[in-house]
Amino acid sequence: MSRLAVPKTYKLYIGGAFPRSESGRTYEVLAADGGFLANAAKASRKDARDAIVAARAAVAGWSGATAYNRGQVLYRIAELLEGRRAQFVAEIEQAEGVTRAAASAQVDEAIDRWIWYAGWADKFAQVTGNANPVAGPYFNISVPEPTGVVAVIVPQDSSLLGVVSAIAPALVAGNAVIAVASERFPLSAISLSEVLATSDVPKGVVNVLTGSPAEIAPWLASHADVNALDLVGAGDLDWISLEVDAAETLKRVLRPESGPDAAAPALGRISAFTETKTVWHTKSLL
Amino acid sequence: MSGTSLVTARERAIAVLGGEPDDATLRRYLHGIPGVDAVGLEQRAAGLGTRSIKTTSKQWALDKIITLIDLTTLEGADTPGKVRSLVAKAMTPDPSDATTPRVAAVCVYGDMVPYAIEALGAAHGDPDDGLISVAAVATAFPSGRASLEIKLADTAEAVAAGADEIDMVIDRGAFLAGRYGLVFDQIAAVKGACRRPDGSSASLKVILETGELVTYDNVRRASWLAILAGGDFIKTSTGKVAPAATLPVTLLMLEVVRDWHLATGQRIGVKPAGGIRSSKDAIKYLVTVAETVGEEWLVPHLFRFGASSLLNDVLLQRQKIATGHYSGADYVTID
Repeated sequence: MSRLAVPKTYKLYIGGAFPRSESGRTYEVLAADGGFLANAAKASRKDARDAIVAARAAVAGWSGATAYNRGQVLYRIAELLEGRRAQFVAEIEQAEGVTRAAASAQVDEAIDRWIWYAGWADKFAQVTGNANPVAGPYFNISVPEPTGVVAVIVPQDSSLLGVVSAIAPALVAGNAVIAVASERFPLSAISLSEVLATSDVPKGVVNVLTGSPAEIAPWLASHADVNALDLVGAGDLDWISLEVDAAETLKRVLRPESGPDAAAPALGRISAFTETKTVWHTKSLL
Repeated sequence: MSGTSLVTARERAIAVLGGEPDDATLRRYLHGIPGVDAVGLEQRAAGLGTRSIKTTSKQWALDKIITLIDLTTLEGADTPGKVRSLVAKAMTPDPSDATTPRVAAVCVYGDMVPYAIEALGAAHGDPDDGLISVAAVATAFPSGRASLEIKLADTAEAVAAGADEIDMVIDRGAFLAGRYGLVFDQIAAVKGACRRPDGSSASLKVILETGELVTYDNVRRASWLAILAGGDFIKTSTGKVAPAATLPVTLLMLEVVRDWHLATGQRIGVKPAGGIRSSKDAIKYLVTVAETVGEEWLVPHLFRFGASSLLNDVLLQRQKIATGHYSGADYVTID
């Protein structure tokens, strides 16, 4: 006897929960061969607003965690990804129409990249911070602090690797992230959210929106409560006007990247979303 | 804003009750009021909360909400400086937009009244004239656990300092024990203490603390009791007890006010307080008022929001409408 198929409903990931779009809209995600794969939620501007509220609420806790603790939490995500690799490989195979080997290689690279960034959590401050030379009996120290709420348009041409490459570096320093997933390959981003939801990442630290980046990005760029905008995957959008919108509220902006090296792992992606705080302290009270 | 006179309130109560307002008469009267259909009440409140208020209606509602806010600070850590910054916010809620209306009143502890009045200066007055009045909580707020002498002294001191409105708490212990006569007498006595030497009277808001009254039937009885005893306003909560103001409870109190108006022609105010933090929630209250007692109740001497963080959310919504993009907490004051 044949079983009825139980298709999965892919929803948004906002504030640690998986709501449908407030607008009730969905869109069809197609496989590489043009066949129907799944319905994904089509996020509206209000979903973006809700995600920003959730992210803002999460910043204090996540950035207040010790660097060592953040590293441990991020490392555990990589462990959980490893446990679910079969699911991701199958998803990528179907969505991108690549061979199992290629899909497997993408998952490997995503997990390795996550671990690479997790390792930086308690090390990047030593590299980007500094003890400044001064002519007096006091220390002068510069330390990197997280920028706050970071909105990311993830690379549009990959399922998993693009999302990981874009959100992991922003998380390292203690930022909270709103990621707009790839419009064509959104399913792995939501599956990644399920991993995040069952790991130790506090709710709201990562929020994932699926749908049309062209529709959602302007609302993120102009929102006054977003502190930085990573346009790495926005090459096909009108990203210059997004940059102009972002400038209205003094956001940090990273420009689009394309090609095989887009969003390549780099310390610069971590330090892009930090602010340098410089303080002084007396050398001795005696 | 001035309160109704005490003598007429007592005469009216005797006429309505058909006897002196003692425990037995009040008990007979209050327990003769039909019980509340809790399911129907909550369903009606939920239904009123589903109205979609958009564009120009929303703009109107947001400005209306601001003009109805009692901007409140009731912390043990309040200082004259904190009260002054509260007053500054009340007078100029959004410095980036001069069209923003002023709030109705500032609500502070009795000992902070002189600082509030000094800070308001020429802006102190009747909210119906676009000015800001000063409300003081009194009678051993928030618990109400003190002797009547202390409660009266507390009230008289705030009135003497210049408070325009007194927010008193009822003795919930006595009410729940069925000592309605005692609660009535205390409200009436506090009402007497609201009298000023020139014969006018501070407006009296009676806080029922619905979160401690347990049942909707009790809320309905306490509302009638407070109105009979001479309250000019009935207020849901102190904000110190959860649950504070809820939509069903406010709807129920508005229904009592409507029935009282039909019976006597007198208009009583309602003030939900505590827990109303978003514009969306506040708009639901406006809808409930308009649908229950009518739009003429949406004026500062008949309806107020007791709130502190609500104002910032309303300002963020106004900024969103004015600029077209979402605003953030960095663009309003930190309270």
